[in-house]
Amino acid sequence: MASSEVLLAQAEKQFGESLLETQTLFNELTLIIERASVLAVCQELRDNPVFGFEQLIDLCGVDYSDYGRTEADSNPPEQRYAVVYHLLSIKNNHRIRLRVFLDNDEPLVASVMQVWRVADWFEREAFDLFGILFEGHPDLRRILTDYGFIGHPFRKDFPLSGHVEMRYDPDKGRVVYQPVSIEPRTLVPKVIREEPR
Amino acid sequence: MTEIRNYTMNFGPQHPAAHGVLRLVLEMDGEVIQRVDPHIGLLHRATEKLAESKPYNQSIGYMDRLDYVSMMCNEHAYVRAIERLLRVEVPIRAQYIRTMFDELTRILNHLLWLGAHALDVGAMTVFLYCFREREDLMDCYEAASGARLHATYYRPGGVYRDLPNQMPKYEPSKWHSQADVDRMNEARQGSLLDFVWDFTNRFPACVDEYETLLTDNRIWKQRTVGIGVVSDERALQLGFTGPMLRGSGVEWDLRKKQPYAAYDQMDFDIPVGKNGDSYDRYLVRIEEMRQSNKIIRQCVNWLREHEGPVVSENHKVTPPGRGDMKGDMESLIHHFKLFTEGYCITAGETYAAVEAPKGEFGVYMISDGANKPYRVKIRAPGFAHLSALDEMSRGHMLADLVAIIGTQDIVFGEIDR
Repeated sequence: MASSEVLLAQAEKQFGESLLETQTLFNELTLIIERASVLAVCQELRDNPVFGFEQLIDLCGVDYSDYGRTEADSNPPEQRYAVVYHLLSIKNNHRIRLRVFLDNDEPLVASVMQVWRVADWFEREAFDLFGILFEGHPDLRRILTDYGFIGHPFRKDFPLSGHVEMRYDPDKGRVVYQPVSIEPRTLVPKVIREEPR
Repeated sequence: MTEIRNYTMNFGPQHPAAHGVLRLVLEMDGEVIQRVDPHIGLLHRATEKLAESKPYNQSIGYMDRLDYVSMMCNEHAYVRAIERLLRVEVPIRAQYIRTMFDELTRILNHLLWLGAHALDVGAMTVFLYCFREREDLMDCYEAASGARLHATYYRPGGVYRDLPNQMPKYEPSKWHSQADVDRMNEARQGSLLDFVWDFTNRFPACVDEYETLLTDNRIWKQRTVGIGVVSDERALQLGFTGPMLRGSGVEWDLRKKQPYAAYDQMDFDIPVGKNGDSYDRYLVRIEEMRQSNKIIRQCVNWLREHEGPVVSENHKVTPPGRGDMKGDMESLIHHFKLFTEGYCITAGETYAAVEAPKGEFGVYMISDGANKPYRVKIRAPGFAHLSALDEMSRGHMLADLVAIIGTQDIVFGEIDR
């Protein structure tokens, strides 16, 4: 496996201004890139033989609104949503992670479907669960949640028990939705320890 | 002249060939498929969200229930992510035990795949033969962890306990006489390792048996050769991993290229297909079973010769021994803290992947320093494979769709999560 330093040097040379920040942890390189340049960077990462990332292994949304906080806060960070891409190069046997932060009121980013076809369902999933919009995606429908589902369940402000529950109504002779009857509860509170070990 | 129009057909979600709860909306031109629109999510349980609401250790059991035919491989990816974030060392014996069980799991998975795939395509007998061997493998699971399927055997820092010195035995009943039971218990007289060793002696002949039923079978070849062809270039575009990618001729296996556990010590080969059709993927998986058998034998040999701890001594992460807790205050506190609050992990993120039987199964984990993961994303191989169903089945007949679903080795637990 190529070391992350080599990749990092290449990325810094190639991407310049669209590269906002880089992190290396456990020999895994993360590039934090500007939202507008996602498509160009991905294209370059795939086609430039130095990178050679011919596979998009994973694409997922992240909601950073409770990050590092033990209790919900009414002031979410300026850019609470992010899309994280995991790329793999089979030719060069290395991996890279990209992260793009998105605006709160309109989390919109370019679709990378034209770069990697597999992004199709991953982007639909991120839209379904986080409400992130992918510009240029031809068929941005919900994928995992129920038909007619309201809301984006993996956002941190969506309760674990959900908003509605389903039951069979014998009078109406069909399945009905109603507000949930279970109280949300926390079994183990979240704690953050400065000196974990 | 009559007007001919395409028509839309519904397939599933309750259909024996849908391998669970897959609903397909098919656009058909006569019996030829024009477009496939899979509707998934009928088994969605929000595993990732549930994992975010619990301490790290409490979600290991959820991992078994993702891809519920390759349980321990899923656990492996999850505990590997935690171990990396915690920087915990795993004892070498635990690494070998994990390697052995990963391979037992691979055989377990491929046997179910082979049986179900053959059944879909019309071969009944293979299914029965496969389940005969699966029974022995599930007994191995049971002997090691106490559960036949959902083992929760891998823990951050090692495995739950060492391999047992005896196998559970059958008892005479209304259905089995003493003579039957004696015969069934013959291989179970020794330890788990002896039983596994005996299994690896028997298994290659079993694979030969499946192959006599299928490999040169005319009907089998008619149903799989040239069906669902994917070129190597498309396979990469479509995010294929594991046998699906190797069937298309790309030599890529995480066990060789980015080794984990004890795979760097193992001697095995990676089978690669040529044409990228269902038949090649079948051959790849059959050969993988033989290679797994080889790896298991190497693990058994090593494990017989080497004793040692199977779980890390770091009691912030792993529970202390029962005996210690009786007399040692610190052990008692460790135990209490571990099972109430869990452990906090320094803020950071990692992506840990294993070569699961279906492909690359990865866990992307973000920690914000708390006792629960901030975000867990499970990268399921089947999700990417199923998204290619449309492209793979266009222009094929309806009956071939069933063969293509079969060749993709779809399990809904991991796709819907």
